[in-house]
Amino acid sequence: MKTALSFAMDFGAYAIKGGTKYYAWLLFLAFFILVGSYTAYIQFTQGLIVTGATDQITLESFFASFVFTAHVAAAAVLVVAPGYLYHRKDMKELAVIGEIVAMVFVATGITFVLFHMGRPDRTWHIIPGLGYMNFPNSMLAYDTIVLNVYLILNSIGVVYILYKKYIGKFEAKQLAIWFRPIVFLAIAWGPLIHIVTAFVLASNARVGTWATAVLPFAFLSMAGASGPALIVLIFLLLRKCTKLEINDSVINLMTTIIAWSLGIIILVFAAEIFTLLYPGTEHADSLRYIMFGHNGLNHYVLWFWGVILALVGSFAALLFSKVRHSYDRWLPLVCVVVFVAILMEKPMVLVFPAFSPTPLGEYTEYHVTMIEFFNVLFVWAIGFLSLTLILKGAIGILTGEVRHDKSSAASQSGA
Amino acid sequence: MSEEKNEKMQDADEVVQGRRDFLKHVCTSSAAALVAATTPSEAVDNASNPDADVTVAEFFQGHFLLMSEEEKLQAIARLEKRYSAQYSKKTTVSNAPAPDGVLFGYALDISKCIGCRRCVHACVKENNQSRNDPEVQWIQVMKMPKGNIAFTADQLDKGYPEKSEFGDYGVQVGGNAYKTAGLSTEDAQNYYNDELVPDKDFFYMPVQCQQCEKPPCVKACPVRATFRDHAGVVLIDYNWCIGCRMCQLACPYHARRFNWGEPHLPAEEMNPKTHYFGNRPRMRGVMEKCTFCAQRTREGRNPACQEVCPVGARKFGNLLDPDSDVRRVLATKRVFRFKEEAGTYPKFFYYIG
Repeated sequence: MKTALSFAMDFGAYAIKGGTKYYAWLLFLAFFILVGSYTAYIQFTQGLIVTGATDQITLESFFASFVFTAHVAAAAVLVVAPGYLYHRKDMKELAVIGEIVAMVFVATGITFVLFHMGRPDRTWHIIPGLGYMNFPNSMLAYDTIVLNVYLILNSIGVVYILYKKYIGKFEAKQLAIWFRPIVFLAIAWGPLIHIVTAFVLASNARVGTWATAVLPFAFLSMAGASGPALIVLIFLLLRKCTKLEINDSVINLMTTIIAWSLGIIILVFAAEIFTLLYPGTEHADSLRYIMFGHNGLNHYVLWFWGVILALVGSFAALLFSKVRHSYDRWLPLVCVVVFVAILMEKPMVLVFPAFSPTPLGEYTEYHVTMIEFFNVLFVWAIGFLSLTLILKGAIGILTGEVRHDKSSAASQSGA
Repeated sequence: MSEEKNEKMQDADEVVQGRRDFLKHVCTSSAAALVAATTPSEAVDNASNPDADVTVAEFFQGHFLLMSEEEKLQAIARLEKRYSAQYSKKTTVSNAPAPDGVLFGYALDISKCIGCRRCVHACVKENNQSRNDPEVQWIQVMKMPKGNIAFTADQLDKGYPEKSEFGDYGVQVGGNAYKTAGLSTEDAQNYYNDELVPDKDFFYMPVQCQQCEKPPCVKACPVRATFRDHAGVVLIDYNWCIGCRMCQLACPYHARRFNWGEPHLPAEEMNPKTHYFGNRPRMRGVMEKCTFCAQRTREGRNPACQEVCPVGARKFGNLLDPDSDVRRVLATKRVFRFKEEAGTYPKFFYYIG
């Protein structure tokens, strides 16, 4: 118990220690949390009327952002899996970073869902026993289960590994007997949260563009691109700013995953565009609306082509070995482009335009309000603040700077 | 219905008000603030709230269908107390069950409908929808162009005809017949503002909840707040709905409406004869839709939209009774279901009389 307390204390103390740039980053996030607390208060007192959502376009930026967080959370297994499934030595040490990313992003996603709900105060209605969960009928019930289980699995993984390393008893071969199944379950669970999230959308008869069997594949490939893009950025940053050792081979593996995930995304888009546009039935209406606009409504057209251009361009760029190995210049740039393109694809291509035409033939455009925008930033800021602090503490433990036994900590950090 | 964006932007006064509220509440603990913030703010802020216990008890109440008889009576009494105080008039909340041996059905004659939208407004009046900013309407009337397109010979080569050795009239995109005609949502006008109806070049098709036999909304609801009663009507427990809008996403008829903000129902326009699953006033953040006027039809009366129709285009009745209006329509007229391909088997039928 005492050890657990000192673990929490040492972890926290190390997490809030840093240079000027570190504090500037925390302050930057704190600003959005401050503004966001006010806009969130407005939303929770006045209702979702302060967002741009309507009966015609019923999902707002919160739900779109939730889908994106599920991308990144699911993709974090790509860091965990090589170490545990393929016994790659260079990855095994870093697996915990993947689990931290998964844990934080799935929690951020759940927060987005709370912002999406009209009555967040009634969330308890879905807890079985206390309320009533419409299982196994409702896809949202499945999603609630898989997201929460994923959060728990990853939290256990993170706390267990870091604690073991903290007390200096982390031996890969001597892990508790219950731990290995949890890690493997978490690896399998990553794609699962994503497939279920895709089915939450694909199960709706109203929205024709989502009623496609390629949606889970599109989601998984976008996860494979956006998640590792963020992870490469984190790794490059950690390598530069901390003593944590990350081999080039790790970055290269991630880059390969990004490149071929982008390849699959392009194939999925092409397949979808062909299958809809060639027969040109009513199912193509929504796609035509995104690609070319409808009677002067062309809010999404530039976004669509912009996203396509960014994805194809990034794929082409990553085919050059010069770009892939330009760790301080081109690679981070491509990663930022991939991350932002897929982030923006969610609301502007996947979610909002899919609602036009409505079942009664209406075409509408979605306009994000300022309050909604700051609420989205609020949740992101909380997410990135947690990510920063937890990663910082974890680095301290991984590099040996934070140890229960203070004397060995000194000798290890010297080594 | 609809919430155009500009209607939704709150004006500067409300922002100032919100800021004042914020400062007022900022000292309370975060948990208390969440409960206070998400209970109906009118009930909390206004002195009209009978007592805070009502709000708290309502917060903890379970699904109405899963309550004991005693809990149901308590819940009803609570609501009657709150509504009576809030709207300053004696309000009754009925808990009448659906009649046994009945399956409600509806039939609408699209050849008779003149698009006057009296049904739309009678529905709003009867069912206590939000009246302004925004007005919530459960029935939407589509105005569709008749198939009377001006076909002309000089348009034969218009558009983008495909040129080939078989002639220039292969696949023609654009030109004469490249328009929608007849029953199609594609060129339907849902917000027409005509002085006089009917417009002779158009026909009209009102759409409301189709009371599907296999409702996708019921399947999608994660907490079973929406369900189908034994008379075949899909209802919502407004106090159980969590506002996730999965039902709205699932509905292929655009029949469900969400209370995006606090509903504005002036006390003098409020209909005090209500039903728990029907027209009792709703709160912010919950779904609502046509219930075939549960408060009326469970007592053997006709829905408001059926009563008000000036041309007798609407028929309502018991599908189990071979002599009912609906059954007679089904037996003798050319009947169809809207979006039959959605596979939901509506009990709302359209016919050509």
